[in-house]
Amino acid sequence: MRTRWIAVLRTPVGAGAGLLLLGVLLLAVFAPVLWSHQANAIDTDHLLQGSSAQHWLGTDNLGRDIFYRVLVASRTSILLALLATAIAVVTGLALGSAPAILGKRGGRAAIAVVNIAVAFPGLLLALFFAVVFGVGAKGAVLAIGFAGAPSFARLTQTLVAGVAERDFIAAARIAGVGRFRMLVRHILPNIAEPLVVNATIGAGGTLLAFAGLSFIGLGVQPPAYDWGRMLGESLSGIYVHPAAALAPGVAVVIAGLAFNLFGEAVAKGLGVQVPRARWTSRTPEAVPARDSDAVLVVEDLQVSFPGPVTPVRGVSFTIRKGEIVGLVGESGSGKSLTALAVAQLIEPPGQVTAAELSFLGAPLLGRLPVRSTAATRRRLLGTSFAMVFQDPMTSFNPTKRIGVQLAEGAREHQGLSRRAAMNRAIDRLRAVRVPAAERRAHQYPHEFSGGMRQRAMIGMGLMGTPALIVADEPTTALDVTVQRQVLRLLETIRSEDDVAVLLISHDISVVAEICDRVLVMYAGRVVEDLPATELATGARHPYTRALLAAVPDLDTALDEPLAVIPGRPVDPARLPDGCAFAARCSFASDRCRTEDPVLVDQVACWHPQAQAEYSSFRTGQR
Amino acid sequence: MTTTVSAPVLTTHPWLAFAVRRLGRLAGSVLILVSAAFLMIHLIPGDPVRGALGPAAAQSLVDAQRASLGLDNPLWQQYVDFLHHLVTGNLGTSITTGLPVSDVIRDRLPATVELAVAAFLVAMLIAVPLGLAMGVLTRGGRRPRAELGFTSTAVVLAAIPEFLLAVGLVYIFAVTLHWFPVAGRGSVASYVLPVLSLAIGPAAVLARICRVELLAVLQTDYLRTARAKRLPAAAVYLRHALPNAATATITVGGLLLGGMVAGTVLVENVFGWPGLGSTIVSSIIAKDYPLVQGVVLVYGVGVLLVNLAVDVILALLDPRSTIRES
Repeated sequence: MRTRWIAVLRTPVGAGAGLLLLGVLLLAVFAPVLWSHQANAIDTDHLLQGSSAQHWLGTDNLGRDIFYRVLVASRTSILLALLATAIAVVTGLALGSAPAILGKRGGRAAIAVVNIAVAFPGLLLALFFAVVFGVGAKGAVLAIGFAGAPSFARLTQTLVAGVAERDFIAAARIAGVGRFRMLVRHILPNIAEPLVVNATIGAGGTLLAFAGLSFIGLGVQPPAYDWGRMLGESLSGIYVHPAAALAPGVAVVIAGLAFNLFGEAVAKGLGVQVPRARWTSRTPEAVPARDSDAVLVVEDLQVSFPGPVTPVRGVSFTIRKGEIVGLVGESGSGKSLTALAVAQLIEPPGQVTAAELSFLGAPLLGRLPVRSTAATRRRLLGTSFAMVFQDPMTSFNPTKRIGVQLAEGAREHQGLSRRAAMNRAIDRLRAVRVPAAERRAHQYPHEFSGGMRQRAMIGMGLMGTPALIVADEPTTALDVTVQRQVLRLLETIRSEDDVAVLLISHDISVVAEICDRVLVMYAGRVVEDLPATELATGARHPYTRALLAAVPDLDTALDEPLAVIPGRPVDPARLPDGCAFAARCSFASDRCRTEDPVLVDQVACWHPQAQAEYSSFRTGQR
Repeated sequence: MTTTVSAPVLTTHPWLAFAVRRLGRLAGSVLILVSAAFLMIHLIPGDPVRGALGPAAAQSLVDAQRASLGLDNPLWQQYVDFLHHLVTGNLGTSITTGLPVSDVIRDRLPATVELAVAAFLVAMLIAVPLGLAMGVLTRGGRRPRAELGFTSTAVVLAAIPEFLLAVGLVYIFAVTLHWFPVAGRGSVASYVLPVLSLAIGPAAVLARICRVELLAVLQTDYLRTARAKRLPAAAVYLRHALPNAATATITVGGLLLGGMVAGTVLVENVFGWPGLGSTIVSSIIAKDYPLVQGVVLVYGVGVLLVNLAVDVILALLDPRSTIRES
């Protein structure tokens, strides 16, 4: 934690804000010691004067030097603001952690109090408390402190609730740790960082709020003075003597900003940075499709990101009409990126290149000669290229009815009227066996179950006349029974309409079940391409075999540990010279570690295993 | 504060349940507000009437005033009387002027409402298009310099409280350039500076939130789905991204409107605006408690109504929010 705070101070914003804050705090400590005399010296010869060599910012109505008064006022202003912040934080912490200590009933009452108090703006609460506590510095500190408490209470509640769900809290609870001890020993240390950051930002706000109260005359009372008081007193003279009003105002803003910026810099520094570099896309020459039966032709596809990393490096395959092709591999093998690249859904800064990428004979990459082709390409993809995404829970827009979301594409690309598109959507929902399709079409995504949403997502792909469905882990988020239903549905669609399917999955048993052909990916490459029927007997790449061996079946001995592939997937940023799988492969030789094998005769391996050498694997056909 | 909803009619009609729940909460909040306003006068240390009339006032005068305010009755009876008077629109009489509090409020309220509403509209009209445009322009790390400039300007503007902004604006546009009057409420020009003082800070906050929200929405799976439908870019942004980004923007916008209602207090004092804000400050200083009570109630109810409006709009935009709380 400490090193991260230091890292924050090394950023330009963090360092600037830190220095500014340090300066402001030093001023508050030392200014009254050094300049009290100058600030209070009454010079009756120079009343309400403008800027002069003797008085930089002029004098006030008693001839006191405004510049020194602004400097000296820093202590009162900042001290009172910090006091008020402390009251706000302590009260807020007590109110916000009350639910964790008091149990259900007391907790609910505390939450209700906070909910109601948060609904009122801080200034209004401050005015209310100012009436109760009386006009003056003490009353204002209490008023602003209590007025700031509800928002800290809300913050504490949120943070405590976030921590309370973590495993170590559950473990402590099971171990019988008492509520109060739990709060102090386990919860508070874990939320201290965001609390401190927010208190820093809050101190800036408190400083400004305090200046506000003093400004309208409810805060610091004469002869004491803070920045707000000085501003309020000199406002009426702003025409003749603007410096007297502007100087304390500028001081308040600078001090407030110092707290604010420092807090924000720390908050940002402790979060995650977003990569900023921007990549331009190259436009390789498009080659016309050779295979008239081919729905999708991919030749030497590469996907890269700034870093630079190239998670997909030279993938080639062809999908024909009515064919179901499986693309398998561990997480991070590049299979989902391949799917997104094929679908033209990689967003900058990601960059896609390929020797050829064509869909139904039309090139998808490369510069378009005329503008109209962009629309043509969009229409082609919009009607014939369907995507089914992994997570049906998040892939629908939560604010729109399912039917409307299905109908949208048809209205756009097929020019259907609102009603015709809705009827088509209902028809398609029926086709994917959504019961009571008419009623369902008018519901929102949150009213659908996961399996039902995935059907609806497939139905969305069927709104046009798809030639290809790219399904990216369509069953991963679903339970086993629903998985099978969704796979069956894809199979049915293929056999009824001759639609090609590219099925991406990390689960080789899912792929073996419905695919015609399987592409095995490792570290951004296709390492083996084989018919699904040969998975059981014909796999030659050691990685394919290892994947198959890792699938448990009814013969797996229950008393032995599950088979796993040793080692971990390679980091695409640090690829070895030779075969990317060499480090995890029991057949690897020196050649494997120096020379990168290419896909020859459907397998990319220097030591492909003989086909008959094993037969104990099952394909997962159940 | 939510009432437990068990009747079947409420579970089958989420909107009815929402209305019952939300109005229930409003009623609870109003009751607490009214009670707080009532208790305020009793929480003040010492005799509020003595405080208001000053140490020099004759004891007979203080006693008479106490009697007319009903302060010698038992507390519960005072509370019942207070509620009864509220319902009949009687907010008591100002100690300093002797005028009915309701008359003072009727006189002063329009100026404050005008100011807050105009500032809210100006803030929304600046912030939402600006935030969305910045979001689209800086998505995926594009134009880092524009992003830095936008964010730092917005942070600085948002950090300046409205009354200081008001002083700065007065200095530049009234004292130096003579474009607008320094203070007062009259011509259209006299509205410009107070409205801008109130609107600029919230607009900066809102524009930042709007941009960040849009960026978050652009990352979602359903936006990818929308792109997979090959909709034109404008349709993706306006139809799919905007409503989802609007949810947080409106939530914060509503909170800011509540804050603007309160911010009028300070801005009115800078510009000598004849609204409730100047009234509440002068009445607090004069210890004119019946007037303070009345104005606090008006401000509080105003904020509660704004919050209610925000919740209703949110429920219309994002149907999950009606269900979420149940």
